[in-house]
Amino acid sequence: MTRPPSPLRALVRPAALSFLAMVASGLVILFGAPHLLDTFGLVQMTGFVAMAMFALSQGFIWGYGGVMSFGQAAFLGLGGYAYAVAVLNLGDSTLPVLLAIVVPMLFAGLLGYFMFYGRISDAYIGVITLTVSVILFQLVNTTSGSQYRIGEAELGGFNGIPAIPALNLPGDAGNPLDPEGIWYAAMGSLILVYVVLRAILASRFGRVVVAIRENETRAQLIGYDPRLYKLLAFMISAGIAGLGGCLFANWGGFISPTVFGLTMSAQVIIFVLVGGLGTLLGPILGAVLIQWLTIEAGAQSLIDSNLGLGAILVTFVLLIPQGLVPVARNLFLRLGTALIGRRMRAKPLGPAPGAALAGEVRR
Amino acid sequence: MSVSPAAKPLRPLLEAKGATMRFGGVTAVNAVDFVLGEVELRCLIGPNGAGKSTFFKMLTGQLTASAGRIHFRDTDITAAHPHEIARLGVGIKTQVPNVFNGLSVRENVFVAAGRKKSLARTRAIVEETLTRLKLTEIATRLVGQLAHGQRQWVEIATVLAQEPELILLDEPAAGMTKEEVERTAALIREINRTHAVIVVEHDMPFIRMIAKTVTVFNQGRILIEGDVDTVLSDARVRDVYLGKQAA
Ligand SMILES: Nc1ncnc2c1ncn2[C@@H]1O[C@H](COP(=O)(O)OP(=O)(O)OP(=O)(O)O)[C@@H](O)[C@H]1O
Ligand SMILES: [Mg+2]
Repeated sequence: MTRPPSPLRALVRPAALSFLAMVASGLVILFGAPHLLDTFGLVQMTGFVAMAMFALSQGFIWGYGGVMSFGQAAFLGLGGYAYAVAVLNLGDSTLPVLLAIVVPMLFAGLLGYFMFYGRISDAYIGVITLTVSVILFQLVNTTSGSQYRIGEAELGGFNGIPAIPALNLPGDAGNPLDPEGIWYAAMGSLILVYVVLRAILASRFGRVVVAIRENETRAQLIGYDPRLYKLLAFMISAGIAGLGGCLFANWGGFISPTVFGLTMSAQVIIFVLVGGLGTLLGPILGAVLIQWLTIEAGAQSLIDSNLGLGAILVTFVLLIPQGLVPVARNLFLRLGTALIGRRMRAKPLGPAPGAALAGEVRR
Repeated sequence: MSVSPAAKPLRPLLEAKGATMRFGGVTAVNAVDFVLGEVELRCLIGPNGAGKSTFFKMLTGQLTASAGRIHFRDTDITAAHPHEIARLGVGIKTQVPNVFNGLSVRENVFVAAGRKKSLARTRAIVEETLTRLKLTEIATRLVGQLAHGQRQWVEIATVLAQEPELILLDEPAAGMTKEEVERTAALIREINRTHAVIVVEHDMPFIRMIAKTVTVFNQGRILIEGDVDTVLSDARVRDVYLGKQAA
């Protein structure tokens, strides 16, 4: 067997470096934020992180799985409600957190089975997922009145569920975490999910998922069953969205049917598009940036904040359709190539369009 | 008489009986009977629209026959999914290239080689295939950025890396330079030492370079089948095919 030639290693090493840099930055933010921010700021950041988790789920299934799941809010809502109902009944938050992940995954398993094994075309998958989220919204919306309760938890219809107990350390049900503790839990789990997704994408399973996105026919002709891979990727994304819902419920101690709403599903698509489809960092940054802008826009009264958001999206789609992260990465690559090229007079590495995609696939 | 398994009459590697594909009113493949033996090389020729690619799609599960049956050894694959047929050991290079454009050359081959194999074995196959097809130099390039001829090679590499027993090549020489065509012919002869191959081509000099037995399709039916010299000198073949090409 011949050794892989050095160009590959030269490409792999920066990818590994950038991964480590990402995790390191995450850890710096994780431990730095409580020192730099007051409680209000920290709570606000926790909210951003919950939405960033949600954006990761959208970015994974759409950007890497190529599945146009446009109703991811269904899984966000299911996760949030699963946590709320379970924790109100059980007290201890350990099992409820697991349920917030598992319940959306099982639901996605069922829905995905019918969609992928039923040979539903790509465009219809967008319509179906969106419709399902709207149906869930309507369903939960009509659960006002004390007859709609699951054990101790009253669903509360459009008013939602207030006073949801916060996370506690496993087995320590009487001691819910303070805002700083919730921050650590939220940001810590975001870093963890990022690492897990990187590992998945580097694994054979992940490579096949991306290969199916690239060319489903070829993947089949090689012997892979795209239905199975899409189903599993869909379930993984639902679990991540569910965890986002759990964090969301923890952030405000409150959850209402709006988590299932069209606005949620649309917002997360915007996060991903602005940050960069086909990256993991993009959705996270997109979520944080847009939410920060929304809050800033809400603080002023000159223009309607929804209008402002719409304008941002249109601007992005027209001017930077690849999103922030791929553009930044391309610039970086070009700069690096220019510098290296000058020093070594080597062949150009070819920072051609799509170089960002190649990097993303390797990482 | 003993009843040992060896006494069982052997099925051919591939057998189509009355294979028919209808698209609405069009019958693209019409009651085709086709038999291919183990490690056989067969060339499939015929004018545009004769049904060659459609026949390949039926063999690989991309289309399900409207009538007739197709067997791969003992397995009835008439209604099987493409991935199931691929797992039995059938690989295909399609007429319109099907490659993973957003992945590098090496990743394309890796995904093809890696199904149900250990990582070490997969890597060995990948490097061996890249070397064999002289793709090592461009292994890190994105396939979507390559020239058409190179993408054809990448697709052939993915087919070989999956280690099939039967290899279908739909117009492997299309869009290649004369030198590349000769390399392709040499490669097919080499592959055929261990694998059964069916090649669809319009390029007659290329066919003459590799062919032993030739099957001619015309309007969805088999017009004639036999030794390459006999077939290519047949008047009917000249009429439907060579005449047309000369015109
Ligand atoms: N999906 C389809 N729907 C309708 N008609 C089809 C379809 N696929 C192929 N056909 C028709 O079936 C006939 C055979 O097409 P096919 O592509 O198999 O020909 P071919 O022998 O491969 O030709 P070429 O040498 O040009 O590649 C043509 O008339 C074509 O128009
Ligand atoms: Mg054809």
